[in-house]
Amino acid sequence: MQLTDSARFALEAISSHRQRSFLTLLGIAVGIAAVILLTSIGEGVHRFVLSEFTQFGTNVIAVSPGKVKTGGQPPSGIPTTSRLLTLEDADALRKLPNVTGATPTVWGNSEVHGNGRVRRTTIYGVDADFPKVFSSTVNIGSFLPREGSGYARAQVVLGSKLRQELFGAKNPLGARVRIGGLSFRVIGVMAPKGQFLGIDLDDTAYIPAERALELYNRDGLMEIHVTYKEGVSSASVATPVRDRLILRHGHEDFTITTQEDMLATLSNILDILTMAVGALGGISLLVGGVGIVTIMTISVTERTNEIGLLMALGAYRRTILYLFLGESIILAALGGIFGLLLGIGLAQLIAMAVPALPVHTPLSFAASALVLSAGIGLVAGVLPARRASRLDPIEALRAE
Amino acid sequence: MQDDAASLISLHGLERTFYLGDSKVQALRNVDLHISPSEYIAVMGPSGSGKSTLLNMIGLLDRPDAGTYLLEGRDVTTLKPDEQAKVRSERIGFIFQSFHLIPRLTAAANIELPLVLAGVPAAERARRVKQALQEYGLTDRAHHLPNQLSGGQRQRVAIARATILRPAVLLADEPTGNLDRATGEEVVRLLEALNAQGMTLIVVTHDQALGARARRQLRMEDGRIVSDASDVGDVSAAATGSSG
Repeated sequence: MQLTDSARFALEAISSHRQRSFLTLLGIAVGIAAVILLTSIGEGVHRFVLSEFTQFGTNVIAVSPGKVKTGGQPPSGIPTTSRLLTLEDADALRKLPNVTGATPTVWGNSEVHGNGRVRRTTIYGVDADFPKVFSSTVNIGSFLPREGSGYARAQVVLGSKLRQELFGAKNPLGARVRIGGLSFRVIGVMAPKGQFLGIDLDDTAYIPAERALELYNRDGLMEIHVTYKEGVSSASVATPVRDRLILRHGHEDFTITTQEDMLATLSNILDILTMAVGALGGISLLVGGVGIVTIMTISVTERTNEIGLLMALGAYRRTILYLFLGESIILAALGGIFGLLLGIGLAQLIAMAVPALPVHTPLSFAASALVLSAGIGLVAGVLPARRASRLDPIEALRAE
Repeated sequence: MQDDAASLISLHGLERTFYLGDSKVQALRNVDLHISPSEYIAVMGPSGSGKSTLLNMIGLLDRPDAGTYLLEGRDVTTLKPDEQAKVRSERIGFIFQSFHLIPRLTAAANIELPLVLAGVPAAERARRVKQALQEYGLTDRAHHLPNQLSGGQRQRVAIARATILRPAVLLADEPTGNLDRATGEEVVRLLEALNAQGMTLIVVTHDQALGARARRQLRMEDGRIVSDASDVGDVSAAATGSSG
């Protein structure tokens, strides 16, 4: 029997029970659509989070005080015995080979008075390397200048949102603002940067780290961010950074997190998330597969006569096996195609209705969904098809 | 004993036993039979006498427990299932009491089925199906489904299907059992015409009138052939049929 004839025969058998076949393939379609939709959302979230974290560049190493063996930072407000990171540490790291910049970081939240208005905002204490490390650009004026250690003038650079709120369209350069109890002169405004995980990066003010320590009455920095040349491995920079700090501190009382490590960990977590939601969809796919087994078993019973006839007409047993297997595979594959369209359609609909929720369907998911559904058809068809091919032709012809 | 080489079908000492639960049913007991090409045979006998088993045996749907079956001089008892399927496809045509048409396929597609199973190319199939439809007067019914056909038309479709590959033997199990007298008569004439063209025709029937039309009548009882009579009205055929 030729392949095209077998396929046509199977297709005719499927279309002779339109409603039943449609409901059966709907089971697979819903499963495939669920898998596609859930993994699309998972993959979309994955890409969204990664792009949020890489918008500052990937060649950044963060140094924070205190040795933690797990991830994250020690909770603030709880006293720790670890030695503090200092501005001098940042200066020392800046001189290491391959390091292109190092900025001390201190942050807090204060009221900013300027132009007769007040706004509570996030204050970052940084230094001249900040725009380099965080891929930021200055819109007007200039960023904080590099100053000798021990002396930093009271100058401030405003985020674009803060400038808008305080000064509106007026030129803020040269104006005086009060932050906490201290007075600062505005020397520049940053270009808009957008949001990062819901935090407005433009509603900020940047002041010298030394002034921030004074403002928040701290002895040590919260973090030092080190940036290095593109193309250099993060490990080859992290090791000298660690060695230098151990030299300065006597032992390892700090934690180094490379952006690469963080992204890899994050990517792993998000992959597991995608797989987990995919597995949830897989459950409905499994139910769809069971539906195919059921319908094919019923079909073999109903068509016992026909099987006997085919044998009497000279059909090989394997021809009968292939006919029923083919029927089950076509049923599942049709369900797969239908489910794929349904899933992609729903994903697009969600993307349109809820633009904030990132949705992404990679082509490889679509292809593997089709292969998966055909595979389910194959597995689901094996038992009924084998039963069909092993029937006794005499008994089969006699069956009512 | 008749010469095996001259026979179309030679059965030697055929035995077949079924087990239905605890009881043992001996469907065929030591059956010897020779059938020459283009014979017309009726197999008669009470229910359970082994008629259908004999027909299934000749049609290679069943295997004997003992004995040999030579078809056109070739021992087909020992063939593998796929080889037997090939013999069924090429040499044997079945006609059933209940027609056994596939309900979702049109008359033309039902007739085409043996060609499809044998892997005949589509163009060749179309030509042969068209010819068969013409021969059996079914051209205007070609695209009707079986449930849109009358009983006689259904059996004509079944006969067209059984003969499309020009088999040597036509096996008919109660071919008129589901038909009224007039249509049954029409179908029997069709079968007899095929026999006249040289196709060996073996009919299993309860119907005495139908059985009497055959040139050779076998009567079975309890798995044995108890009489093998040739029609007195056709002496020459009888002579070749049962000279053993």
